[in-house]
Amino acid sequence: MNATSLLVFDGLLLISIVSLAWAALASPDARRSVILFMAFGLVLAVAWGRLLAPNVALAEAAIGAGLSGALLLVAVGEQSKHTPHDGAVPVGKRNALRVRATLQWFITLLCAALAATLAWALLHALDSATNERLAQAVSENLAASGVSNPVTAILLNFRAHDTLLELAVLLTAALGILAIGTARPDYQRAGPVFDGLARWLVPVLILTAGYLLWVGAHAPGGAFQAGATLAAAAVVLRLAGKRIIGLPQAGTLRVILAAGAGMFLVVGLTLLLLGRPFLGYPPAWAGSLILLIESAAMLAIAATLVVAFLGGRSPAAASNDENNRC
Amino acid sequence: MIELVSSLMMVAGIGFYLAGSIGLLRLPDLYSRLHALTKADNLGLGLLAAGLALHSQDVFIALKLLLVWLAVLAASAASAHLIARHAHRKEAGS
Repeated sequence: MNATSLLVFDGLLLISIVSLAWAALASPDARRSVILFMAFGLVLAVAWGRLLAPNVALAEAAIGAGLSGALLLVAVGEQSKHTPHDGAVPVGKRNALRVRATLQWFITLLCAALAATLAWALLHALDSATNERLAQAVSENLAASGVSNPVTAILLNFRAHDTLLELAVLLTAALGILAIGTARPDYQRAGPVFDGLARWLVPVLILTAGYLLWVGAHAPGGAFQAGATLAAAAVVLRLAGKRIIGLPQAGTLRVILAAGAGMFLVVGLTLLLLGRPFLGYPPAWAGSLILLIESAAMLAIAATLVVAFLGGRSPAAASNDENNRC
Repeated sequence: MIELVSSLMMVAGIGFYLAGSIGLLRLPDLYSRLHALTKADNLGLGLLAAGLALHSQDVFIALKLLLVWLAVLAASAASAHLIARHAHRKEAGS
């Protein structure tokens, strides 16, 4: 009875994931697409929870549904500001539309190819039954990793190189945004209701971020989830029309943006100098080193996401920078 | 006995969700739809959380569920207010 009702639940979950994805893609209105995409992310997070992967579920809910949704909504708002609302399309625009249609087909084909490859890889993995061995290897070596959450052990210890490169990708994205973007104008000040919400929500979000960072060592959580939660606090402050949202001035901001990949490199190179392999933590120190790297990574991830939400350096900070240079 | 009460609470909670969803689909304008959605869903979630808290028979889990309910209450009240105010200002402006 129980298994059957769970099967019904899973079936409903699958149907809603696929139909939400289809609705988001098929909607002609970009804003509606984004909102459907956020709903899609939330249902996907529930599906990850059902697959007993709470780490991924948390990341999906915080980054996939929450912050990506906010970024996409801002992008849609920006775009609708630039496009004229009358129907007449000039010739140059018409060519651009044709390019866009071709591009759409190209992206669809790429995605289909990617999905087919993934499906093939999954079938192959299920077939060769090596998935058990990998999980076994992780749980056998968990004691030496310095943490008891296997996901954190993989991300920050066994496969730390991958996470280092991920943080480098984030840093590159932040540098790109800072290089070409300028911050969007501030929002108008929120009314008493939203202001009141922000007043107690922001401290709770900051507290939650700290908790997620700390708990990542032995339960679902970690730098990515904590960073996204911290960034959400800044996004709430900004939406409430606050000018000061906790993002530091330009010089400190650069240090923080680079801190994630930087701390990884510092720890890795120090270990190399001490005659150990790159990022091969001594087991006695592993827990502390992982916490150190994760703290730096949380700040870097949060700062990157907030910079992306702002769209670049704020004009005030930029002019300050110019003055410093003179 | 506790099992029965918690099941009844959860079924009642699902009933409120159903009513809220039907209201969202069937009611004529934005304000009444918002009214149906936020009020019914908040009560539905409260009943669901209370039912689950009873079911778990664990104070810590019950407190967590209470926290979830309070956070959703605050967020949905504030967002319903924001949506309604935006619509109202737009109407007044045009």
